[in-house]
Amino acid sequence: MTALQALGRWWLGVLGRLGRGHLFLLRTLVALGPLMLRPRLWIRELYSVGVRSLLIILVSGLFVGMVLGYQGYITLVDFGSAEALGTVVALSLVRELGPVVTALLFAGRAGSALTAEIGLMKATEQLSSMEMMAVDPYRRVLAPRFFAGILSMPLLAALFSAVGVAGGYLVGVGVLGVDAGAYWAQMQANVDVFDDVLNGVIKSLVFGLVATWIAVFEGYDTEPTAEGVSRATTRTVVHTALAVLALDFILTGLMFGAL
Amino acid sequence: MTTRWIEITVGLFVALGIGALFVLALKVSNLSEYGGEEGYQVHAYFSNIGGLKERAPVTLAGVRVGRVSDIRYDPERFQARVTLTLSAQHDYLPKDTQASIYTAGLLGEQYVALEPGAEEAVLEDGDTLLFTQSAVVLEELIGRLMVNLTQD
Repeated sequence: MTALQALGRWWLGVLGRLGRGHLFLLRTLVALGPLMLRPRLWIRELYSVGVRSLLIILVSGLFVGMVLGYQGYITLVDFGSAEALGTVVALSLVRELGPVVTALLFAGRAGSALTAEIGLMKATEQLSSMEMMAVDPYRRVLAPRFFAGILSMPLLAALFSAVGVAGGYLVGVGVLGVDAGAYWAQMQANVDVFDDVLNGVIKSLVFGLVATWIAVFEGYDTEPTAEGVSRATTRTVVHTALAVLALDFILTGLMFGAL
Repeated sequence: MTTRWIEITVGLFVALGIGALFVLALKVSNLSEYGGEEGYQVHAYFSNIGGLKERAPVTLAGVRVGRVSDIRYDPERFQARVTLTLSAQHDYLPKDTQASIYTAGLLGEQYVALEPGAEEAVLEDGDTLLFTQSAVVLEELIGRLMVNLTQD
């Protein structure tokens, strides 16, 4: 009986969090309108969310591209089609690795910081005191961070893919001796702007929305203790990773399943 | 951290990101093939198009002059109707130009090769090519070869 009660309590807790999360999303979206009148607020957040994630994204993109160059070459050279390396590198980056790896890195680099910052604001009652002064924390604190996250994710993913393609070029053409002209020509012949690049951008927009939503909500929904903040930060990273990978499966099925 | 510095780096970040999107669109993918130059369309009927796909190249002596813009089945002629979009600068093709479907390399992609005829009148928008040569299907070829071998 106690086990059954525990199960019920857990499920009600999950449902409650889900409901709070959606109400939170709604209130944040409503607060986005007045935010546009004060661009200073979200430009500042764009700096801490986007600019400061730049280094890890660029370095990871370069290395992922270089590894793809090596692995793709090793597989393709057996079939005598090493020229297709450009296609392999570009398609894997633009369709999958760009959006997904960027979202995972984003969760670790920016999402956890967002949760910890907002959670600590709540634990030290800064959010409540804002409400006391008739400052809406949704407009002042949450919406700018949310907007900056959604805006920076597609830009970061595009940078990741572009740097990755360059990394694949470095290894494929520079080290392994694939023909430079064939690398670019095969790539351009087989990567489609709408089917591949645009779908990748749509993916990263969706991941941006989900990753920032989870990060900001976990911060806002924190138990206002030191332990609570630490738990919320962990949850942000874990939940974002799971949500992004599951969503990626669904989006890939929708976008490329019919091809 | 001054506001000026923050705004400069954010501007740089956004410019870099948008620049990367442009690189992906122009350098990595085939945006340059869309739109741009206007062309004219001619139709060609084939009894078998093999593995021809939309956006496959159309060549003239190996030089790319257009692309396949539409493929559909014509239920009245029981043939495949392939629409070729040729760029406007190649407006000198005779009416009796022949279209053939070839394969680039042994297993590569298929494309449409045009061979100019000898007539004075030139192709115009909406015309239909009179002479076509269908794709070579490997199985058919092997089948014919087997028949020839067993006859000997």
